[in-house]
Amino acid sequence: MTETTANTNQIAATAPASGFSGADIPAYEDYAHCVHCGLCLNQCPTYKLWGLEADSPRGRIRQIILVDQGRLPLGDSFVQHIDQCLDCRACESACPSGVQYGKLVESARAQIEQNYRRPLFSRLARDFVFRRLLPYPHRIAILARVLYLYQRSGLQSLARASGILGLLGLADRERLLPPIDRKFFFSSLGRTYPAIGQRRARVALFAGCVAQVSFSKLHEATIRVLTANGCEVVVPAGQTCCGALAAHAGARDAARGVARTNLDVFLKDDFDAIITNAAGCGSTLKEYGHLFPAGTAEHSKASAFQKKMRDATEFLADLGMTAPLAELPLRVTYQDSCHLLHGQKIREAPRKLLRAIPGVELVEMNMADYCCGSAGSYNVTETETSLALLAEKMKHARATGAPVIVTANPGCLLQMRAGAQIHSTGQEVVHVVELLDRVLAKSH
Amino acid sequence: MNPQLIRDLIALLGPKAVLSSPEDLMLYEYDGSVELGSPKCVVFPSSAREVSEIVRLANRYEVPLLGRGAGTGLSGGAIARDGGMVVAFSRMNRILEIDAANMRAVVQPGVVNLDLSRAVDHLGLYFAPDPSSQKACTIGGNVSENSGGPHTLAYGVTTNHVTGLELVLPDGEIVRTGGKNLETSGYDLNGLFVGSEGTLALVTEITVRLTRKAEAVKTLLAVYDTIDDTTESVFEITVRAITPAACEMLDGFTLRAVEDYVHAGFPKDCAAVLLIEVEGLSEAVEAQAAAITEVCKLHRAREVRVARDDRERALLWKGRKEAFGALGRISPMYYVQDGVIPRTRLPETLRRIAEIAAKYELQIGNIFHAGDGNLHPLILFDERDRAQFDRVVAAGGEIMRHCVDVGGALTGEHGIGMEKNELMSLIFSPEDLALMARVRAAFNPEGRLNPGKVLPLGKGCGEIRIPHIPASAATPA
Repeated sequence: MTETTANTNQIAATAPASGFSGADIPAYEDYAHCVHCGLCLNQCPTYKLWGLEADSPRGRIRQIILVDQGRLPLGDSFVQHIDQCLDCRACESACPSGVQYGKLVESARAQIEQNYRRPLFSRLARDFVFRRLLPYPHRIAILARVLYLYQRSGLQSLARASGILGLLGLADRERLLPPIDRKFFFSSLGRTYPAIGQRRARVALFAGCVAQVSFSKLHEATIRVLTANGCEVVVPAGQTCCGALAAHAGARDAARGVARTNLDVFLKDDFDAIITNAAGCGSTLKEYGHLFPAGTAEHSKASAFQKKMRDATEFLADLGMTAPLAELPLRVTYQDSCHLLHGQKIREAPRKLLRAIPGVELVEMNMADYCCGSAGSYNVTETETSLALLAEKMKHARATGAPVIVTANPGCLLQMRAGAQIHSTGQEVVHVVELLDRVLAKSH
Repeated sequence: MNPQLIRDLIALLGPKAVLSSPEDLMLYEYDGSVELGSPKCVVFPSSAREVSEIVRLANRYEVPLLGRGAGTGLSGGAIARDGGMVVAFSRMNRILEIDAANMRAVVQPGVVNLDLSRAVDHLGLYFAPDPSSQKACTIGGNVSENSGGPHTLAYGVTTNHVTGLELVLPDGEIVRTGGKNLETSGYDLNGLFVGSEGTLALVTEITVRLTRKAEAVKTLLAVYDTIDDTTESVFEITVRAITPAACEMLDGFTLRAVEDYVHAGFPKDCAAVLLIEVEGLSEAVEAQAAAITEVCKLHRAREVRVARDDRERALLWKGRKEAFGALGRISPMYYVQDGVIPRTRLPETLRRIAEIAAKYELQIGNIFHAGDGNLHPLILFDERDRAQFDRVVAAGGEIMRHCVDVGGALTGEHGIGMEKNELMSLIFSPEDLALMARVRAAFNPEGRLNPGKVLPLGKGCGEIRIPHIPASAATPA
């Protein structure tokens, strides 16, 4: 018998207790699908960056298994590697065994949230953002007004010029702040926008949280594109944050809270579809079922809700565009939003829409299916890694020679807009729907 | 591990290139196989010089060491069987030169197989060895294992595509063999090192041949209602001297899992399919495809389909190449065999495997390179069931013995590693094995480089070493 056999036997004999306890324990049934073939490695942005097994999908799953077996403590090392995961889920697309990695890593983070004590500042910040800010639209509005003043009063220019941000170590993060709109989208909640021409569908728009103060123009464009294509668009009042950021970070209690609100609001009426223009939100909204135990009333509500959830690009590509489009002679490249491609398995819909615009030439970017480093709040919590991935992304984006980068998620938009600035590529970054809106606007 | 060695390694490579904490080391105890073994440290060199210094340190401290690429191997080649040090090549992953005119590339060992083909795609070239793990496995690993793949049938294995190597010998010396030319003077040392499974040297640079993409490619899918008809077709294609570029078989059991993953339109109600590819000049391809279709129909193929476009072709191949993993959907783990048999013995061998599966009450999926008789029976198991695992090992042994009995070999492409080294005496005489031992001793006299691999450790003739139960076996049901 070799040394390693002795090891395994010893483990079997002592059978230490699992390092997991409480709610949301990563399930054996989920991780047992992993046959550690390693086909995920080269698809993982952090593995590509560092070449460490610990920061690969296979290695992270192994760490989850080891903690469950009691061989590895739920301690600093585990937390570091699970934190460093982008949750981009490229590994899910690569995995032949069908491992639901996103579900596993989010459960692991829920375990960390319950069983690991983060430093005080981190705990306070997480609690504030996930439990006290994002679920409350009026608090977002207040904070947004403060930010708006900072950005427009000249204070931002002053702060940037003075170098104080650099001294505080905030320069990189400050650049990723979403620009705040003058007029928020909250005022549109509760409104209905009639279809132009014959009504082909009646849909609800999911408006999100931060998007309402920073992407109201994208929302307006979405409404214009949908109505122009024969959709009546309802923006239900009472809706709130989708909970994606919270769920990704392990604050599943907070995610459940907002999910309950949204389920009530959107299931009150019978829509043909519920539309989001944010792939990150859409991916979580389509998986609300993961938040509630199977067999419960909430789980069946979540199932009904999920069936109606559509990404804006998915819905439009399926419905078929009927609105006349003006010609736009433009070379564009498309960056896959991870949570659209890997989370929702939608690759063709956005490309189909872009190709439908007369004059638009779509040039594929090398490694378009790799994360840009935005990854929800990752660019704030793991800024250095995020910027390293962004640098790679902008290199490939520049190489396409396209003046416009198109993507399908607000987080990716912000990240790559910052990237275009930092790396001076001079490229404009827009949402698929915004580009569609531009060609609509010209034709009216 | 000696703390002074760790300090010396850190002084040499920097703190970010040395792992020695238990939580990090646990992640290097596995690869793509069922084997386990934990190293005492892992280092990440970035140059041949660093590799050489690492080897010298290992010698000074008398520590065993071995190379590792992506850890996708299927015979435990990258497992630290005797502890010691893993030299991980994941950060030596640059393509150093692409010489399109001479159809050569010079790469570091950590370059991923498919990444090289992608990098030369715009030149109409590719790297021909295409192991099923090609989207993750490294060329250094391919060289060590002499990897094959579906297109081995027409293009040969890795050794046919390596023209030069830079190596660090077990005494730390850096040497070069071959170069860019196909033929070199003196001994064919490339041939000696390729496939030596990391027991003779560490590879630090590889010069490979690139292959021009064929003018035309046709991919056929032949669907059968019985396994016998399928294997008889392969037999007859061989007899008629038709040479496809690839000829792969997947049985119906495997196909059902695969189809759930790739949605390529594989029929889920069939007994087996053949995935056959023909390449070359357009006219020749048409003629070959017609001849193959005729043979398949003659042997009662229910349907012979030709992939309509590149997208469908890619999907069919994705299904084949990722078929092992797809079985993870229906079973927690599998034990994959790699036996080779003469193609003419396929029909009886498949029947024998079915008998063995029934005898041990196991499910065995069959996916393999039918064209060159390289079998991959996958025996499914749940590692929590110890009694079942014992049956898996026994069934594996019987399949292997059958392969040897019909005049075959233990491995087609996965290597001997620590999985099959005790079976070597089934194929080789003591004199043959002694010759191999002398070759190893010529380079690696202390046995410090990748110990416990390839050659039997002398545990008795034909004894099957029971593979370790994977760590997750400790989890109760």
